Amino acid sequence: MQELINRAKELLADGTVARVLGWKAGDLPYNPEPAYFEKEEDFENFVYNGFCGANLSKYMIEASKLEGKTLVCLKPCDTYSFNQLIKEHRVDREKAYIIGVGCKGKLDIEKIKGMGIKGIESISGAEITDGADTLTIQTLYGEKTCSYADAMLERCHVCKGKEHKIYDELIGESKETKDAERFDSVAAIEAMSPEEKFAFFQKELSKCIRCNACRNVCPACSCRKCVFDSNKFDSSQKANVDSFEEKMFHIIRAFHVAGRCTDCGECSRVCPQGIPLHLFNRKFIKDINEFYGEYQAGEDTDSRGPLTDFTFDDVEPGIVAERG
Amino acid sequence: MQRIGVFVCHCGSNIAATVDVKKVVEMAKMEPGVVHAEDYQYMCSEAGQSKIAEAIKNEKLTGLVVCSCSPRMHETTFRKAAERAGLNPYMVEVANIREHCSWIHKDMEEATKKAVILARAAIAKVNLNASLKPGESLVTKRALVIGGGIAGIQTALDIAEAGYEVDIVEKTPSIGGRMSQLDKTFPTLDCSACILTPKMVEASAHEKINIYTYSEVEKVSGFVGDFTVDIRKKARSVDMDKCTGCGVCQEKCPSKKNSNEFNRGLNTRSAIYTPFAQAIPNVPVIDRENCIKFKTGKCGVCAKVCQAGAIDYEQKDEILTEKYGAIVVATGFDTIKLDNYDEYAYNQSKDVITSLELERIMNAAGPTKGHLERMSDGKAPKNMVFIQCVGSRCADKRGKSYCSKICCMYTAKHAMLIRDKYPDVNVTVFYIDVRTPGKNFDEFYRRAVEEYGVNYIKGQVGKVAPQPNGQLLVQGVDLIDNKQILMEADMVVLATAIEPDPSVRKIATMLTASIDTNNFLTEAHPKLRPVESPTAGIFLSGVCQGPKDIPETVSQAGAAAVKAIGLLAKDKLMTNPCTAKSDELLCNGCSTCENVCPYGAITYEDKEVNDHGIRETRRIAVVNNALCQGCGACTVACPSGAMDLQGFSNRQIIAEVDAICR
Repeated sequence: MQELINRAKELLADGTVARVLGWKAGDLPYNPEPAYFEKEEDFENFVYNGFCGANLSKYMIEASKLEGKTLVCLKPCDTYSFNQLIKEHRVDREKAYIIGVGCKGKLDIEKIKGMGIKGIESISGAEITDGADTLTIQTLYGEKTCSYADAMLERCHVCKGKEHKIYDELIGESKETKDAERFDSVAAIEAMSPEEKFAFFQKELSKCIRCNACRNVCPACSCRKCVFDSNKFDSSQKANVDSFEEKMFHIIRAFHVAGRCTDCGECSRVCPQGIPLHLFNRKFIKDINEFYGEYQAGEDTDSRGPLTDFTFDDVEPGIVAERG
Repeated sequence: MQRIGVFVCHCGSNIAATVDVKKVVEMAKMEPGVVHAEDYQYMCSEAGQSKIAEAIKNEKLTGLVVCSCSPRMHETTFRKAAERAGLNPYMVEVANIREHCSWIHKDMEEATKKAVILARAAIAKVNLNASLKPGESLVTKRALVIGGGIAGIQTALDIAEAGYEVDIVEKTPSIGGRMSQLDKTFPTLDCSACILTPKMVEASAHEKINIYTYSEVEKVSGFVGDFTVDIRKKARSVDMDKCTGCGVCQEKCPSKKNSNEFNRGLNTRSAIYTPFAQAIPNVPVIDRENCIKFKTGKCGVCAKVCQAGAIDYEQKDEILTEKYGAIVVATGFDTIKLDNYDEYAYNQSKDVITSLELERIMNAAGPTKGHLERMSDGKAPKNMVFIQCVGSRCADKRGKSYCSKICCMYTAKHAMLIRDKYPDVNVTVFYIDVRTPGKNFDEFYRRAVEEYGVNYIKGQVGKVAPQPNGQLLVQGVDLIDNKQILMEADMVVLATAIEPDPSVRKIATMLTASIDTNNFLTEAHPKLRPVESPTAGIFLSGVCQGPKDIPETVSQAGAAAVKAIGLLAKDKLMTNPCTAKSDELLCNGCSTCENVCPYGAITYEDKEVNDHGIRETRRIAVVNNALCQGCGACTVACPSGAMDLQGFSNRQIIAEVDAICR
């Protein structure tokens, strides 16, 4: 982390960048938040550890409109989102100085709490430089430990890899954290009967409080004006009066990001209700892979997305009906 | 608020017998915006149309809903009627309560309920309609014909005779198509080549016709009246201007063992070849896959023997870009693959052949010089069995559900020709039924049975088994005598089903012309517009639209030509005003719409916008109205809903859905 701070200060000082986009410590030991750093003294609060799950690429949409370059810290998986935003002309590559930061998997505080660890005062072992596989947690009730891997976000267990897809320079080592198959969770749902599927999603989506956190954090949900906020389509009004429409929000959102979603997992990370929203997106990704060949959104900045491209070898739309 | 008039048509008893039209009128009156509703026996009649005009005048209507037949039938009629009465034609909507309702339902109560819902949806839409004004576009006075068989040649000749330029694109090295492979033609038994080759010559000599053989359509953009087409002229490796067609290169070519496609693989040809002697153009091509020079770099015999110096190994594919006002598809057919029909032993025995192969065997220029013999040992056959409907009229997925239409007649022809030339050969035909609807067709078939003694057996063949002695054991059933039949044959001929040439799928996609589940191109109306594709400016000629024989193909080719001429004769076309429009305050500039637009109608501009007081330069989608065809692909792809289709706006569609679900 110190290397990152030093380099960021250097780039600020020599005028290469006008500001730094990173994470600052929050009021709890496990909730750092995205922040801009413009002066040397701001860096006192700078933090980069296992809890810095937030994907900063979306902030670059607004940062691209500011004077001068913005230094942005991107984890390997964040770079996919950044590439996708370049492809959609939403961020300006020239306005970004990308430091690819190392990642050894990001932590999910809900998982730690789920282990019965309450009253957390401090956590060690979450630093990016720590080689330890164990987290040591000081709580009101004494010291507790848990394995780093057990506390990781679901998305890190199916990590896309430790390679940064776009960067100006790299700082810090990354670790391979993949220990599960990405589409297993989707396949499990596919195996359900229609009634079971309906009941499953009914139950999950009924938890939604429409806080819009999933939408606001999603790098693919980058519309200037969301259809759910626009008076042009009546969707927001309908969602207000009809609980069925409310549930449609997530389905419509999944359709809107289909083919563009990089599976960064931010939607599920920020959901205060713990709805596994990534499952919708991952289902689309799985279908796209099966119908049109393997495709990873954000892999590069210029390939055509399968849903907005056409080849003569494309499957007929009827394939969905045939497959059932 | 709109002032909407609703007109419910009885369509004689077509609608009124199943839908309570009075009830529809009554219910429509209660819908928001409706100020007038009435029913009438025939809305499309003169009297019906004047009712509309009167109501527009008396009730000061701003919008109309006509509950009648499909909009494809009479939308234009009602729009014109409204326009004459001073209303913008795009303020008219049609609720289809015939095809979508009365024709498909029996229960009056249910059908009436549905008719009311359909009317309600149309009223909800009209409430949001806005006046639209069509633009104009110019017509390029040149036609493209895809496919150089008899259909394509005839269409091209007819268009050219009317004084318009025509290009024919043919993928093989010569025009002529399937007809050039046939020996004799039913029901007159005249020689196929004798009637086809003069037409080929006429087409190639016509000053208005330009033929691109060994060429394929690569890309199509634009729209009716103004298509832009990329044509790939594949490298012939022979200079068309220098070649004299002397044929020495083909004689001397050392690579002689290449399957001869023209003779359906029954014999071989050289690597440099013309498909047949009367080929047009009479310029060979080098089959690069089999040419020794291309495979090893050594040889070059053809270049050495060519007096004209026409051989050019360096030749490359060329892409030509041409503009056309109309495109005629005449891609023809092929016989189906028989891999799913192992019971007929086609892949096991050389003496089981398709009828098209028999055509080549019977042809004087064919692999046996026209002498009827077995392909296995060259012996003259004594017993021949013809099996009808191989892969046609097939209930399961192995074959085709349709009747290939030509097989009954050509089998009678083959049987008759064989009995005439070789009276000692016994000919047996197994059939499901014999179909002979055509001028002089049944007489022709009866001659085969009555005068030539062809043995017709009503029944199907279950198995053809090659025997060790070289004979074929045919196991069939005679349905009339109700008995099993076992007979030995020297040759078995399969009346193999025909299917659209596989290339048609790619072409249909490029043209956005619809095809059916059997890959036949769909006509705009099966009865009233049989030679037009639903896609404007695309016309259909020959078997690509459905199975047909030569006389039918030629008449359809002429009909397609007339339709194309009708289009080319116009100087300007009215363009569809239902085009896409981008809301610059909602546009993200993400290029999704640009990627999905099949017409290249969307570009991006950096434009200063004022978004509620925030002034900034944004990347905004801009639609070129002259290019946009209103397909709506962009509106569904746009994540922010910035793209909207005029006349079919997102809001209108949702209003319709809401009205239906209410």
